[in-house]
Amino acid sequence: MERPLTKNIRPDGKPVFIKEYESLGGYQSVKKALKMQPKEVTELVKKSNLKGRGGAGFNTGLKWSFVPMEGEFEHKYLVANGDEMEPGTFKDRLLIEGDPHQLIEGMIVTAFAIQADEGYIFIRGEYAYAADVVAKALAEAYEAGYLGSNIMKTGYKFNLHLHTSVGRYICGEETALLNSLEGKRANPRAKPPFPQVSGLFGQPTIVNNIETLCNIPHIINNGVEWYNGLSLTPGDGGTKLFGASGKVKKPGLWELPFGVTLRELLEDYAGGMQDGLKFKGCLPGGASTDFLVAEHLDIKMDYASVAAAGSRLGTGTMIVLDDKTCPVGMVLNLEHFFAQESCGFCTPCREGLPWTEKILRKIEEGKGEMKDLDILQFHTKFMGPGNTFCALAPGAMAPLQSALKYFREDFELHIKEHKCSWK
Amino acid sequence: MAKIKINGKELEVDPKKNLLEASISAGFDVPYFCWHPKLGSIGSCRQCAVVKYRDENDKVGRVVMSCMEPASEGSIISTDAPQAVEFRSNVIEALMTNHPHDCPVCDEGGECHLQDMTVMSGHTTRRYEFEKRTHKNQYLGPFINHEMNRCIQCYRCVRYYRDYAGGDDLNVFSSRNRVYFGRANDGVLESEFSGNLVEVCPTGVFTDKTLKKHHTRKWDLTTAPSVCVHCSVGCNTIAGERYGSVRRIYSRYNEQVNGYFLCDRGRFGYEFVNSDQRIKKYIIPAATEGVTKTTAFDFIAKALKGKKIVGIGSPRASLETNFTLKQLVGSENFSIGLSKLDYQLAKLAVDTLKNGSVKSPSLKEVEQSESVFVLGEDVTQTAPMLALAIRQAIKNLVKPKADKAGIPQWNDAPVREVIQSAHGPLHIAAPVATRLDDVATTTYYNAPENIARLGYAVAHYINNKLVLPSGLSEEVKILAGKIAADLMASAKPLVVSGVHCKNEDIIKAASDVATALKEAGKSVSLSLTFEESNSFGVVLIEGKPLEVLFDDAKTAKAEILIVVENDLYRRLSKERVDSCLSQFEQVIVLDHNCTSTTKKATVILPVGTFTEADGTFVNQEGRAQRFYQVFVPESDTAESWRRIAELAKAIEKPVVGESFFDFTKAVANSIPQCKGINGIAPPPDYKIEGQKVPRESHRYSGRTAMKANINVHELKPAEDLDSPMSFTMEGFHGEAPSALTTSYWSPGWNSVQSINKYQIEVGGALHGGDPGLRLVEPVVKGTYYQSIPDAFKVSSKGLVAVPVYKIFGSEELSAKAPAVKERSGEAFVVLSTADAVKQGLKEGETVEISMGNQITSMNVIIMKELAEGLAGISAGYCGVNPELSEVSFKK
Repeated sequence: MERPLTKNIRPDGKPVFIKEYESLGGYQSVKKALKMQPKEVTELVKKSNLKGRGGAGFNTGLKWSFVPMEGEFEHKYLVANGDEMEPGTFKDRLLIEGDPHQLIEGMIVTAFAIQADEGYIFIRGEYAYAADVVAKALAEAYEAGYLGSNIMKTGYKFNLHLHTSVGRYICGEETALLNSLEGKRANPRAKPPFPQVSGLFGQPTIVNNIETLCNIPHIINNGVEWYNGLSLTPGDGGTKLFGASGKVKKPGLWELPFGVTLRELLEDYAGGMQDGLKFKGCLPGGASTDFLVAEHLDIKMDYASVAAAGSRLGTGTMIVLDDKTCPVGMVLNLEHFFAQESCGFCTPCREGLPWTEKILRKIEEGKGEMKDLDILQFHTKFMGPGNTFCALAPGAMAPLQSALKYFREDFELHIKEHKCSWK
Repeated sequence: MAKIKINGKELEVDPKKNLLEASISAGFDVPYFCWHPKLGSIGSCRQCAVVKYRDENDKVGRVVMSCMEPASEGSIISTDAPQAVEFRSNVIEALMTNHPHDCPVCDEGGECHLQDMTVMSGHTTRRYEFEKRTHKNQYLGPFINHEMNRCIQCYRCVRYYRDYAGGDDLNVFSSRNRVYFGRANDGVLESEFSGNLVEVCPTGVFTDKTLKKHHTRKWDLTTAPSVCVHCSVGCNTIAGERYGSVRRIYSRYNEQVNGYFLCDRGRFGYEFVNSDQRIKKYIIPAATEGVTKTTAFDFIAKALKGKKIVGIGSPRASLETNFTLKQLVGSENFSIGLSKLDYQLAKLAVDTLKNGSVKSPSLKEVEQSESVFVLGEDVTQTAPMLALAIRQAIKNLVKPKADKAGIPQWNDAPVREVIQSAHGPLHIAAPVATRLDDVATTTYYNAPENIARLGYAVAHYINNKLVLPSGLSEEVKILAGKIAADLMASAKPLVVSGVHCKNEDIIKAASDVATALKEAGKSVSLSLTFEESNSFGVVLIEGKPLEVLFDDAKTAKAEILIVVENDLYRRLSKERVDSCLSQFEQVIVLDHNCTSTTKKATVILPVGTFTEADGTFVNQEGRAQRFYQVFVPESDTAESWRRIAELAKAIEKPVVGESFFDFTKAVANSIPQCKGINGIAPPPDYKIEGQKVPRESHRYSGRTAMKANINVHELKPAEDLDSPMSFTMEGFHGEAPSALTTSYWSPGWNSVQSINKYQIEVGGALHGGDPGLRLVEPVVKGTYYQSIPDAFKVSSKGLVAVPVYKIFGSEELSAKAPAVKERSGEAFVVLSTADAVKQGLKEGETVEISMGNQITSMNVIIMKELAEGLAGISAGYCGVNPELSEVSFKK
């Protein structure tokens, strides 16, 4: 099984710096891409079926193709989204801490494809070590002539900067990230206009997730066919970093082809549930995805299959719930997080999430009433897609609505027994 | 135009608007909070949800925010589809989870947009049963009260304050449901336009602090259409009264003039009306017994018999008042109440607009300009709302950036994102730093002479047949060239100047720049500011300058002087006024507040302020506007024109009429330039369905009880023979002609947002047109002045005084209002860094300044922008000699 994204990553996690990276075949894709037409690069990536690894799963090449290639612009920007604040998610961290030049290489090629001249790597504030690694790698890349005003003496210009976040979940939303990068409040922006047309400082901008960008060198180097062949699922190109956290025997992160089953992931890679615990459900792609339960264990982990099961592949890093952990408490914990991370811009999210949290706490504390379940159910609709300004609140409602569906008896038990039976 | 369907009704709408605007303009009630016609859409409140259908076959549709959807061809929406109605109700429920429901003790209650929208949404029963979040409130200065717990986070305040008005000390802090709108620390809101927060805020977070001190519900106020008296812009206002005191000023929408907004001087300066300095009685200082109206007029009749009378009118009094006084004393014996210099300046400005080829723009037209050149004015201090309009004007040239990116102009945040901090050209030349400098492309700080010279240089670079002033530095030539190029590069340049530098050449240079642009085929406008609310008007009335009147009176041995609504000590030096007044046997002063002049009066007759009088002002645009008496004062106070007419009767002189309309008609018939001013509002006998327009709402309370402590019998209400309005709640409770708007109200719309219902389309003109009449229009061919002054030279005799104006402090009437007084501070002198060093003076130090023979104690302000050799003198401050001259220091 090929593992292009993580092939350089050492077991001890120590970063691969430029000399070693080059010796492992690094920066070859830059040399190759700079000889191509920008549109050819975009076309190649489009055909590769690379989909955005930040969670939305949108075709990356298609996204790039919306950047205007004619006309004069002060700048075009490329931004790597390394905010990674989705609870349960730690995949981008591994990539930048272990193999920072892979990201830089991917960004140079991407920038070339959209003809961006400035780039930013936006890293979650808590990732202080990752930021140090990236900073060092950037300096090396400039030194080696991969970045700057005359890249590899081709005359192509691309400056790349590191920016560390001050720590808001909403910064992972690409337009809020752009506002944050501009020094503004991290509120999401209205779409349209999309960032491809009016992004950072009002200029055409592509924001891609770090894992997404790390795929680019391999697509350029090895071609579309090879890339599609990595996946078990037609339509989803490449490999994916899958992760598992919760009370499994071996929590961790693995680069696997799309299409492995949830059961394989849980049992073969995560080592199954800890002794004495049973699998009750999981959030397959981070906190803002719907619960999957035992009946879903044999679904394939790819965008379409997970969606068909009523959830989202999201970031591909699942949080596992066991039978000895209170589902109400877990959802309360999640809604507490989301309520806290609401930017406060639109009404349903700003007011609805704290209300949701308060009701869940009331139930968890044994003071719940049956009508509270109706109000919770109401909120999952009230904060549904389209009703809110961005996807934060609909995402926040995903675990709640699925918990109400699959674990309703647990909620009712709290209410009937006036206590949390797991405590 | 785009064909769209709202609730099954086919409509043709402007595709550049959004669906919320289209719905409201079509008369559908869609609730909203964050959208505002002047601020555009941001989509934060989610209140304006409607259901949009893909096509005719789509019966399900989806909920969209109507403010965020273009009114594009073929749009089909329903404002009353059940899922939209339910969602809107749920949004209110969500907003209310943290709202304190303190309507009974909230100043906004009864005119609260949140109340209106809550009722409109149909939300009634609350399911939220937890604690509400609480905030600390801030001290924001004497104008605005802050109560953050009421906030529904619509973001309008910061968008208005920062994006629209250019302020930077109000912001949004924190996140989630703790979002906080306020200042970083307690403190006075710095913007000169902070008062509009009161109207922009949809609920009671920002309320009028001056109203709070004598709070009255909207429905209990007696209100009338008025015009601001605190500068020459003439913003339209609604003044409200109860129990004989004026409670507040609200903006009266006029698309052409002030739109939705007012400046803080206009909004909060009204309390001179309630001042303890008000003159409410007949006063004869020499009288040994109590003076009544009868004894006063007997005294006047006797004292004036066979005497020569001269009269002094005032630029802060109405056309009717000035005209009536002129009729009484005769043209030869009438002064419009300005010093020679001020008269020359005002007349020059009026003549420039009257005889020039360049149009004086309305504020709306100012907002539509594309490039701006300001000569010699700190507009924010001298004509504040003009400055706010300039702030909008400079956005025009960069707006097409959004069009190019396919972003509709109403989509506020993306438009701002594309534009960033870019703006069109604004060039400012002034003696001191101005409050528009933050958005200026270039600034040029220099002496008035040099500002005029820069202006002439700009005119030269536009039309090289015009003379380039000699001896200009390269730097100034380059600057002038850049300004000329910027003005020429736009289709709609605007030149702004005025009387406030007390320098004629600046106005002439501004006029030459504008004329040159006009000849170059530009759609140019020239906005000139004046000092007072009716400066333009009195120039049309014509009269002598004060100095000339006094000299002539001396020669003719006139014995009687009548001064109307004028404090002569604000016009000429104390020494001169003292000596001039002493030449008369009797000095009869008609005024509403005590002034230095009333102190010298031998007879004082009480007259009404703008709230107790009807009248007509002409604003700086040359627009005649009517203001109406708000209430009948208990004291024997009448309009000045009425009092002058009574006085004329007492001395058996002919008078032009009885009621207000007689006087207005007389002005219109006698002064060619004022033709038609009787037609700017309906005549007094005008009725709708046989009824007058009521000044009181149909909900007015306490009518039979208010005066029960005096007399249990309800007194007969006063009649108004002067206007088509009643002083009571009786009358036609519907939409009156725009000049007679006493209040904005529509069923379900109790707040100021009800203005929507008075407009042809939302944010546009009022039904029947915006009130007011332009009295001057440009001629086809203009002429050039080309009167280039010599360059400024540092005087060996001392520093040369230039007037420096402050929005709070320089204007006479507002300075008497306690809230404004709190903001105005003491008299000051501005010195250049070099001169301060030379004089050994430090910032904040108090120094005795001698000008003429008048010594005033002033605080020192050091400003690096001021040119050496100049001293900026706080204009209009108490004790400051209005006759500016060389300044010397007495430490």
